[in-house]
Amino acid sequence: MSNIVSLKHVAKRYTRGKQAVEVLHSLNLEITQGDFVALMGPSGSGKTTLLNLIGGLDRPSEGEVAVAGERIDQLSGAALARWRARHVGFIFQFYNLMPMLSAQANVELPLLLTKLNAGQRKQNAQTALKIVGLDDRAKHKPNELSGGQQQRVAIARALVADPTLLVCDEPTGDLDRKTADEILSLLQTLNREHGKTIVMVTHDPKAAEYAKRQLHMDKGTLVDQPSH
Amino acid sequence: MKYFPLLWATLWRKKARTIFTLLSIVIAFLLFGMLQGVNAAFQQGVNNANVNRLIVASRISLTEPLPISQKQQIEAVPGITGVASSSWFGAYYQEQKNFVFAMPVDIDDYLNVVPEIKTAPEQVEALKRTRTGIIMGIDLMKKYGWKIGDRVSLHSTIWVRKDDGSSNWPFDIVGTYIFEGDESQNTGAFFNYSYFDEARTFGNGTVGWWTVSVKDPNQSAQIAAAIDKLFVNSPDETKSQSEKEFTQSFIKQFGDINFIVKAILGAVFFTLLFLTGNTMMQSVRERIPELAVLKTLGFTDAKVTALVLAESLLLCVIAAALGLLCADLMFPMLESVMGGAVSLPPRVIAIGGGVAVVLALATGGLPALRAKRLVIVDALAGR
Repeated sequence: MSNIVSLKHVAKRYTRGKQAVEVLHSLNLEITQGDFVALMGPSGSGKTTLLNLIGGLDRPSEGEVAVAGERIDQLSGAALARWRARHVGFIFQFYNLMPMLSAQANVELPLLLTKLNAGQRKQNAQTALKIVGLDDRAKHKPNELSGGQQQRVAIARALVADPTLLVCDEPTGDLDRKTADEILSLLQTLNREHGKTIVMVTHDPKAAEYAKRQLHMDKGTLVDQPSH
Repeated sequence: MKYFPLLWATLWRKKARTIFTLLSIVIAFLLFGMLQGVNAAFQQGVNNANVNRLIVASRISLTEPLPISQKQQIEAVPGITGVASSSWFGAYYQEQKNFVFAMPVDIDDYLNVVPEIKTAPEQVEALKRTRTGIIMGIDLMKKYGWKIGDRVSLHSTIWVRKDDGSSNWPFDIVGTYIFEGDESQNTGAFFNYSYFDEARTFGNGTVGWWTVSVKDPNQSAQIAAAIDKLFVNSPDETKSQSEKEFTQSFIKQFGDINFIVKAILGAVFFTLLFLTGNTMMQSVRERIPELAVLKTLGFTDAKVTALVLAESLLLCVIAAALGLLCADLMFPMLESVMGGAVSLPPRVIAIGGGVAVVLALATGGLPALRAKRLVIVDALAGR
């Protein structure tokens, strides 16, 4: 299997006030295509920062970040935005749906950046909603859906443009156990049956069990790389 | 176009706020349309002034009469092709709000110097034959449903009739006219100076001002000076101006309309700039996480900036269109004030559109810049 994510000697520093804080220290990581990785660790260990670097939301202070065959640390802001649109689907803890748009319109958002016409966008969005089991809720607005349903819409939105990689930041952090298990099973299905590579940040060991691989972070470094 | 549903939904995210903002812009543009329309209507009179004509009035004031004996002296000035008298009659029909711009004239003289007035020769003859005859503008006839042969009574706010001490002057409609090139003047009326002069209780043998036509407009200044020179040191000194200058100074009697309109609109739009700007700023501030999500999904900084500006543009253009539409619908109400048929000039609509775009860019500029500068990871983390 080829590497879809490759990080070499990546460091990330933030300046908070007058203080410079190094969040990641010379980190190396490789993730192969079709993998499902759970990133675990205590708060402040750098999980979300690492996820942001993989997803092209942030840039490293040092080192190389190559995802889907592209050195994304070298891309300009606009090129990086276009790259994200093509290659990454994001799933957040608090769903981050547009409250004024229907589920269907939320799922269609990433497709506005493609050349698809209105009919094709609608059809693709319906297919994505069907995959997450919400095709009957297409017209509903986020406030008319439960937390689990909103997260399913967010997953459909992440899937709709057929990205190379799904990055999930605490996708079940706001859900009860039963709903969380449903969402995690869905992610597992997407990984196993649709071949989606998934990188998921989680605090929850039960959630991490759904992944093929667990990586533990502490103080800005990967502490171990357990086997599958 | 594919972004329109997103823009539309975003615009109505907070319905009450959008409606109130929309209403405030609608009212501002309604005011803009009405005031600029009135200003344009006044300005139209200035623009339509004939370059071949001079107006000779008393040096003291337009209300100061001039002796009719001046006519022959003015006619003798070289370069002049015609001289006609006019006087302010100050008429209204039934109620004071129904102002009628009626003037006593010598019809032959007047048609000679104002050839834009088109009327049938037999109706001119009928006016000359009928002492109390009057020729009405076609729009005035339509307004009151009058027809040729009707007898109407106009009330003068200045002139009292000798025979019965009344200010009501009876007239027999003998014809109609249209004013070529300026339909706003189709609401006037002309009647015989001889009837007016014989019947009034005072001011006999005088006129309000002279309208003089000249052969060569380039000679207007010299001819005006020559006319005024004729009456220097006489009890009836004159001030001769081009028709355009005269119209401008006449309008200024009401005040500097242009300045007043611009001052009011300046204050309105200055306030609106802060109001709408603040609303847009607040709207963007509330949507920071949503804008961050758009960027996360792959919307570039430029695209997010364009979306915020487009939202501002959509709001301002819709409100401006509604405001100008309301102004257009309400414009006929100004007819009694303006003394004639008025409509919202297309130029004012075009300027309104331009103002709406400038307003949108000015109020959307800062929020758009904020959206552009938004750092995804900070915005998502609530920093």
